[in-house]
Amino acid sequence: MKKNLICVSCPLGCPIEVEIENGEILSVTGNTCKRGDKYARDELTNPVRSLTTTVKLIGGTLPVVPVKSSKPVPKDKMFQCMKLINEASINASVKIGDVVIKDILGSGADIVVTNNDNGK
Amino acid sequence: MLNYDLVVVGGGPAGMAAALQAKEEGVEKIVILERAETLGGILEQCIHTGFGLHYFGEELSGPEYAGRFIAEVEKTDIDVYTDTMVLDVSKDNVVTAVNNRDGLIQIKAIAVVLAMGCRERPRGALSIAGSRPAGVMTAGTAQKYVNIDGYMPGKKVVILGSGDIGLIMARRMTLEGAEVKVVCELMPYSGGLKRNIVQCLDDFGIPLRLSCTVIATHGKERLEGVTIANVDENLKPIPGTEQYIECDTLLLSVGLIPENELSNGVGIELDRVTGGPVVDEYRETLHKGIFACGNVLQVHDLVDYVTEESKIAGKGAANYIFGKKQDGTFINTKGVNGVRYIVPQRVNIENEEDVKLYFRVGQVYKGAKVVVECDGNILSSKKKVMLAPGEMENVKITPEMLKNMNKNSEITVRIEE
Amino acid sequence: MKYDVAVIGAGVVGSLITRELSKYNIGVALLERANDCAMGATKANSAIVHAGFDAKPGSLKAKLNVRGVELMKVACEELNVPLKNIGAYVVAFSEEEIPHLQELLERGEENGVPGLEIVYRDELVKREPNIGEKAVAALYAPTSSIVCPYELTIAGLENAVTNGAEFLRNCEVKEIRQNGDGFVLITTRGEIEADVVINAAGVHSGKVAEMIGDTSIEIKPRRGDYYLLDKSQGALAFSTIFQCPTKMGKGVLVSPTVDGNLIVGPSAIEHDDGDNVETTAEGLESVYNSAIKSIPAVSLRNAITSFSGNRAHCTADDFIIGSSEKNKKFINVAGIESPGLSSAPAIAEMVAGIVTELIPGIQKKSVFNPNRPAPVRFREMTSTQRAKLVEKNKAYGRIICRCETITEGEIIDAIHAPAGARDVDGVKRRTRAGMGRCQGGFCGSKVVEILARELNVPVNTITKFGGKSDIMYDKTK
Repeated sequence: MKKNLICVSCPLGCPIEVEIENGEILSVTGNTCKRGDKYARDELTNPVRSLTTTVKLIGGTLPVVPVKSSKPVPKDKMFQCMKLINEASINASVKIGDVVIKDILGSGADIVVTNNDNGK
Repeated sequence: MLNYDLVVVGGGPAGMAAALQAKEEGVEKIVILERAETLGGILEQCIHTGFGLHYFGEELSGPEYAGRFIAEVEKTDIDVYTDTMVLDVSKDNVVTAVNNRDGLIQIKAIAVVLAMGCRERPRGALSIAGSRPAGVMTAGTAQKYVNIDGYMPGKKVVILGSGDIGLIMARRMTLEGAEVKVVCELMPYSGGLKRNIVQCLDDFGIPLRLSCTVIATHGKERLEGVTIANVDENLKPIPGTEQYIECDTLLLSVGLIPENELSNGVGIELDRVTGGPVVDEYRETLHKGIFACGNVLQVHDLVDYVTEESKIAGKGAANYIFGKKQDGTFINTKGVNGVRYIVPQRVNIENEEDVKLYFRVGQVYKGAKVVVECDGNILSSKKKVMLAPGEMENVKITPEMLKNMNKNSEITVRIEE
Repeated sequence: MKYDVAVIGAGVVGSLITRELSKYNIGVALLERANDCAMGATKANSAIVHAGFDAKPGSLKAKLNVRGVELMKVACEELNVPLKNIGAYVVAFSEEEIPHLQELLERGEENGVPGLEIVYRDELVKREPNIGEKAVAALYAPTSSIVCPYELTIAGLENAVTNGAEFLRNCEVKEIRQNGDGFVLITTRGEIEADVVINAAGVHSGKVAEMIGDTSIEIKPRRGDYYLLDKSQGALAFSTIFQCPTKMGKGVLVSPTVDGNLIVGPSAIEHDDGDNVETTAEGLESVYNSAIKSIPAVSLRNAITSFSGNRAHCTADDFIIGSSEKNKKFINVAGIESPGLSSAPAIAEMVAGIVTELIPGIQKKSVFNPNRPAPVRFREMTSTQRAKLVEKNKAYGRIICRCETITEGEIIDAIHAPAGARDVDGVKRRTRAGMGRCQGGFCGSKVVEILARELNVPVNTITKFGGKSDIMYDKTK
């Protein structure tokens, strides 16, 4: 089976073709550099994404505070993560790096605050 | 009247970097005037990651990138006025500002750094026909509603413009539960990063329609739908390709315009292409002692470059304040053959440091050469795997190269395929 | 609710009639179906106070236009509304069109318009250096002026409310019952009784007249598309530049506005739906193509917005003002298209005259305050004035709209004024917040916040212009 991807490692955007048989990658072609090969393998075996959103802030100068996943989370778990984050809240004051949810969905990634809010 | 050595107009990444650099160079009295409630500028609402890869070597979110500079500013004795709007900069560098604590403030400055940033092109500039209901807004306005105010500005969304802001908002609205129906792009290529097309559109199955635009909006009170159509090579809608798409929100991500109302007020000459002031290699405008950096000078795609540019301006302002800046022999730079513009537009040939010329190309090139020439001599020629309008490029001019030039020289940068 | 007079429609005509009636010892209500005044043709027209040379001598249009020009000066002074006497040119683009100018000049003189003259190319170019190269001559009308039509409407209404009139917004008249000597109006805000009804419903005046069985008014809405250009373009013309009129109207004009922008338009498209204000690509294109004949330097690169309005064109081809044949206490004020704005103060005077004949014992109040205080306009002040103002009230120190330099204080004033702003567009029309280059991109959300705070309602109930024009939906979290 063949799968086509566009490498996002750099602006070049190489069209990559990956040959897979029984879940095993036989070949990666079309990439210009090594990064393309790695990107394609990661993307097909374990695609992950950085997740950024906001979380409800109680007593802050603003009603929400931005957060991110401390490392990328599995791509297919993004909406599940969003559901948990939308149910969560944090009390002001908050600072960059404060953890809102630890090890979200067992992914190893924490949801951490990415802005400061000293509260009202 | 207050007295400062340096007044920085704007407390976004550009203003903060310029102020910090000037401080490092030894300038004593510096003030930053910021119109928003906090320092940070537009980065405060850019909660996605991807900032700082060049400058900090790590991927930060907008507020985190800004946060590092805010923390640095707080460590210094730089004065900061937030929620303060600059109304006027006079020809003798008196800055008039106003806020609701101190009232009208007048500051006599030795040097001024303009760092007001840019604004989004609104609907009016596009001449989209149809009704004028609620629900049509720029992508940046929507970004503020969602990320700062915590409200959804719509549920069924069409986005016009595939620049990075449009792409980022497609993902953001989707994550918050909206349905993004399509992203239309007038040009035959997207101005956004490949990574954003994959991770903001493809990941969520949002179609990107190239050579396609919104020709009309419908709905009397709230937007009810838009008509989109394909465009021909002259970017004119092709009759018969119209398609109605039901939606309650149209986000516009159709270009950024440097905010140079203050610069115009002082009578600073602007570059017709960049929309920003004409500057020299230290980002001094043609008005003595007034410098410009960041998106007010030219619209950047990477904040890292804003920081780099603003440090240069900060250093230039410091030199000016210390009287170290000489009147030199200035020559012009010029982009030709595919190079749309160059910043700085003028260079002092007596300069003794490397000068980077930043530029943008007008179309996508693969495997083309960037050639720098002066007085018939090729100064450099470098093959690039890829050149795209969305990405700012630069070439280096060394003091050795400058030494061989005279007051009639002109440096040109061109693309050779 | 019972009133002596119910005025239907809060356009410039309804507003000025209400103000005129607020001079008397009667109860007056102004009923408006929208969330604010000035929401129909009043907010989307050319904003010209015409000199009066165009209308057919002897017509109501001719008579009220010339009288209106006189009264407009007084009204604008009393209401503190900027009126700029910039003059106008009707341009001939060929020798063949010159007789047409002559005809207009003669007609104007018959109508009593002062100072008309024909100028030829050399002189015209001296006065309007950006005029198109095909312009050979022009009729100059020195008494032509510009005014902001919605500002006049808002100011007139504020003054009327100050003098005791009531403004009922979101009050659409659905049905009118004639009840012995008076009327019962069935509205979206319940039943309203009135002895006299004034139908100033603009494009809907035919429909409103039909509610009492009067089918004499046939309105054929004529849509006109406009461009508004950035202030940097305001000096492309010093006077209003018309082209020779056609049977569809006065043609496409290019004119500075009182706020220093340049307005270009309108097109003229007949259609059936008076509520449809969708611009069309063809309409806008025709406006542009005509405009560059007058001023070739007009560039759409500098357009900040485009919009469209419906002229309440009436098949009778003149204003219809007077008691309905079905009921003399029902006064039609219909077919008010150009020169409607120019005539509005004179129309108000005429209608008040009719009303005084209908209400026994009607008298002028002993106390009527003709003045509407000038709103604070921070952008027009000197530094010294600004410093003093902010010292007195800190809210004037917070700039909300960056493009137009509008302060929080001005926005708060607009909300708390008599018949004040209830939505974002209402704030915009009263203060200009959001009317600049960025079109509310920066200040829109702040205006929403201030409205919600001052009106003490949740932010997501604030609309763009009432009805379902919601700006925000639910909270994200």
